[in-house]
Amino acid sequence: MCEACGCGATSLGVNDTETVEILGRLLDANDRTAAHNRAHFNSHHVVAFNLMSAPGAGKTALLETTIDALRSEYRIAVIEGDLATENDARRIRARGIPAVQITTGSACHLDASMVHAALHDLALAELDIVFIENVGNLVCPASFDLGQHRNVVLLSVTEGDDKPAKYPVMFRTADIVLLTKMDLAPVMDDFDTQRAEDAVRNLANAAPVVALSARQAMTLVTWTAWLRGEVTTIRAGHDRRSGTREANHGHHRPAMA
Amino acid sequence: MRRSRLKAPTIMHELSICQALVSQVLTLAQERAASSVRQVRIGVGPLSGVEWQLLQSAYPLACAGTRAEGSRLEIEHTELRVRCRSCGIDSVVAPNHLTCTACGDWRTALISGDELLLLSVELEIADQKEELARV
Repeated sequence: MCEACGCGATSLGVNDTETVEILGRLLDANDRTAAHNRAHFNSHHVVAFNLMSAPGAGKTALLETTIDALRSEYRIAVIEGDLATENDARRIRARGIPAVQITTGSACHLDASMVHAALHDLALAELDIVFIENVGNLVCPASFDLGQHRNVVLLSVTEGDDKPAKYPVMFRTADIVLLTKMDLAPVMDDFDTQRAEDAVRNLANAAPVVALSARQAMTLVTWTAWLRGEVTTIRAGHDRRSGTREANHGHHRPAMA
Repeated sequence: MRRSRLKAPTIMHELSICQALVSQVLTLAQERAASSVRQVRIGVGPLSGVEWQLLQSAYPLACAGTRAEGSRLEIEHTELRVRCRSCGIDSVVAPNHLTCTACGDWRTALISGDELLLLSVELEIADQKEELARV
């Protein structure tokens, strides 16, 4: 019968339809590239941290002081994501640390293939830690696995302590939440660190919530201790974290040899 | 100027996801020798990180000029559900409040709600017998 009007005429040359049932992730291609990046990192015993936050939360400033604190212990490089400029990469290079700039143009996030291209500009064999500074944005970067081992999410006191409730997808992915610009806390007296931590717990996230200021090196102690611990754990191949994207979808997180 | 700058990134993220979706669909259409794509069904959870309305408006852009042009995108919304690690009860919850509704403990495991899945594709296959008959 004619499908269009039910007139009973059998139309010649009508096409068949076939419905194919699939159950695959929409970002399957990105996830495969991310796994490939992670394998690159692992084969060189490099640990990768993905830093995400709103624009201006202080990712670059945090990296500058973190580099100063850790450079005698680890060989560090930075992959910088930015919409338009090389400013952040320049700031990192000024400290004598290799930095690869990815200019995303109008894209609001880094994806795994951009990071893959950047990896080929880094001498991974001569590195211990790669920090990936994502594009300042609390929405889009949360959807794209880059091949990092850990997610670091920054929340500056000037943004308000309810940010985790407003951006649950981002803050749920955090392996550590850093409350930055704490030197401004005395003037930002409506920011309550406990409320910020409660908002993270409401996302069923047990990640440590650490208050610090990139301008006060002594406040970085807990953060740098966490970094050292994670580097040791990941390098030892004792990465038994559950609930990661890969664990959820039945793939194995490649362990380091 | 400033407004368009702020707006573009939000759309871009859903557009890149749509492009990834359409490229998967086109690969499938090619494999099955389909002449066109009629409908694509996806599953989107509240914690997937995408706005389904933006996906819906980005979809025709990603399909333009391909075998999927003119196809329909059907979105199934999945429920956000957690299981309490302390009392074992399942709750349906809001994206920014994943705590157990029975005992109030925040230590819960996500059961569903972060999906971004391709569920099915309806393809139009040229009838080969007809084609042969005509040749």
